[in-house]
Amino acid sequence: MVTLSAPSHLTDRERARRAARGGASRSVPAPLLAPALIAVGFLLLPLAGLLIRAPWGRIGAALSGADATQALALSLWTSTATTAISLVIGVPLAWVLARSSFPGQRLLRALVTLPLVLPPVVGGVALLLAFGRTGFVGRYLDSWFGLTIPFTPVAVVMAETFVAMPFLIITVEGALRSVDQGFEEAAATLGARRMTVFRRVTVPIIAPSLGAGAVLCWARALGEFGATITFAGSFPGQTETMPIAVYYALETDPDAAIALSLVLLLVSVVVLVSLRDHWLRGGSVA
Amino acid sequence: MTYGGSDGLVVDAEVRRGGFVLAVSLAAAPGEVLGVLGPNGSGKSTLLSAVAGLTPVSAGRITLAGQVMDDAAEGAFVEASGRPVGFVFQNYRLFPHLTVAENVAFSPRARGLGRQAARVAARHWLDRLGLADLAARKPGQLSGGQAQRVALARALAGQPALLLLDEPLSALDAGTRLDVETELRRHLADFAGPCLLVTHDPLEALVLADRLVVLEGGRIVQEGSPEHIAHQPATDYVAKLVGLNLYPGRADGAQVELAAGGAFVTANRDAHGDVLVAVRPSAILVSNERPQPSSARNTWPATVTALTMLADRVRLDLEGKPSAVVDVTPAAVAELSLRSGSQVWLTTKATDLEVYPHTGNQPR
Repeated sequence: MVTLSAPSHLTDRERARRAARGGASRSVPAPLLAPALIAVGFLLLPLAGLLIRAPWGRIGAALSGADATQALALSLWTSTATTAISLVIGVPLAWVLARSSFPGQRLLRALVTLPLVLPPVVGGVALLLAFGRTGFVGRYLDSWFGLTIPFTPVAVVMAETFVAMPFLIITVEGALRSVDQGFEEAAATLGARRMTVFRRVTVPIIAPSLGAGAVLCWARALGEFGATITFAGSFPGQTETMPIAVYYALETDPDAAIALSLVLLLVSVVVLVSLRDHWLRGGSVA
Repeated sequence: MTYGGSDGLVVDAEVRRGGFVLAVSLAAAPGEVLGVLGPNGSGKSTLLSAVAGLTPVSAGRITLAGQVMDDAAEGAFVEASGRPVGFVFQNYRLFPHLTVAENVAFSPRARGLGRQAARVAARHWLDRLGLADLAARKPGQLSGGQAQRVALARALAGQPALLLLDEPLSALDAGTRLDVETELRRHLADFAGPCLLVTHDPLEALVLADRLVVLEGGRIVQEGSPEHIAHQPATDYVAKLVGLNLYPGRADGAQVELAAGGAFVTANRDAHGDVLVAVRPSAILVSNERPQPSSARNTWPATVTALTMLADRVRLDLEGKPSAVVDVTPAAVAELSLRSGSQVWLTTKATDLEVYPHTGNQPR
């Protein structure tokens, strides 16, 4: 027996919308609406708090403090160096993972992308065990070359690279897999050797993904905390990056902490806008 | 094989790709346009791929102007980038990030010319193909016909000794096709080396090629001049392409017993053994009643199974011994009240039947 429901009211506007776009009702069922609103509130309220509590009048002063300026400068150059290093060594690795085949390739891909899910502090400990003064590599760097890496700006860059480079690698690898290899074949028939094909055809064609991966890598490096503080410590001017400065400032100078946080928030928004075509194409698969 | 020799392209090879095997032996002389006609999946693209060096052969060899490009027995192989080959791809594959001029300069540059010299070389080909005005455009801003010309210019700019064309006209709409076709013919005539053109479109093959090979299931089933193939198709596929009825049978003088049932009397008294009989759809007459004895020597009953409107004719599919497709005027359809299921009589003259030996080179 089929039960028919009584007719409900359909506004003219809704009628027109459904006629134009097709499909049934778009209204959100109550059991989904309430949790969705809670999620929105949970995500946005803290950001609102940051904006509300911001010492707008004294932001300039808070940021111009010696510690803040040093932290900002250190963060910017280490993140940029991290991105440059990741491009130089990460892109070739992405190509190897995407294009060549050898035994253990799948395992290698898994290991290389492990830092994406590894707690950063574990990465910091691992770096310390490898490159620390008594680490199995660091020991020789120390005794043969007198090089000590931990607790130096070099350690900051290494920690950031360890955590951020996989973002670039997986982005570029995905692009290399999906690029139409017909262009590369065409280049080969036109007399281009493999390296020329890579330089003049492959790289330009994947440039948007390369850019997105680099921005993502840079943003991740900028926000790096756990691996950095473990492997590089927090010496102002030496290894105290923005996130670390925010963390310590929260106890001593909350206004400076908020001001620094706002700077990082602003950078994040800029990154998000620059990546909008790549990541935020509302549900469609890029 | 009398063509090509050591001057042109000689392919005598087998290429395996997954479960598919392409086994061909063909040659194209300098200045000759060799058309390779075949249905999808016949191995046309694999052939081009092997000649270009994108797929190695699994047996046999490929030589160009006497130079070994690929030799499975000796293990010799020239990489794609090292072969003097110009490849015009089906969808052109123009580099989307480069301008037309940069696309055309790509090959001279990749083959070792300096930036400036490459630009000059590109300029020459752009002028020659009437593309100078489009030099600064990106491929995305070109029409189909323009893109086709750019692809040809790009391939020729590398000064190849061999030109490969993959369905050069298939991506074009009917309007631009004619213009491009005429122009392409002119440029192919100017090209000094051999040219290999693959297509599944018989018109493209008949118009552009000097000589044709027909490829089916990875094997060559027929080769000859376009006229020869259009008149004496060797397989059902080719017969359908050129619009002929084709009947294998056994001849004993003028009498041919058809393999599919029925018999024909032909005008060829010397034929013996396995033959093919080809007849044009318009050379068969349709009538409602059994015709009175006439000069036409072949008369048989048949049933109409389908009617299809062509441009100015109606194509009838008829079942009988033998079955046939026959073209009649729309007026005839009305006059004879033809519809699916109609019983009719077919008549054809012995002189309208083309009889030729069946070489038995069927695809597997």
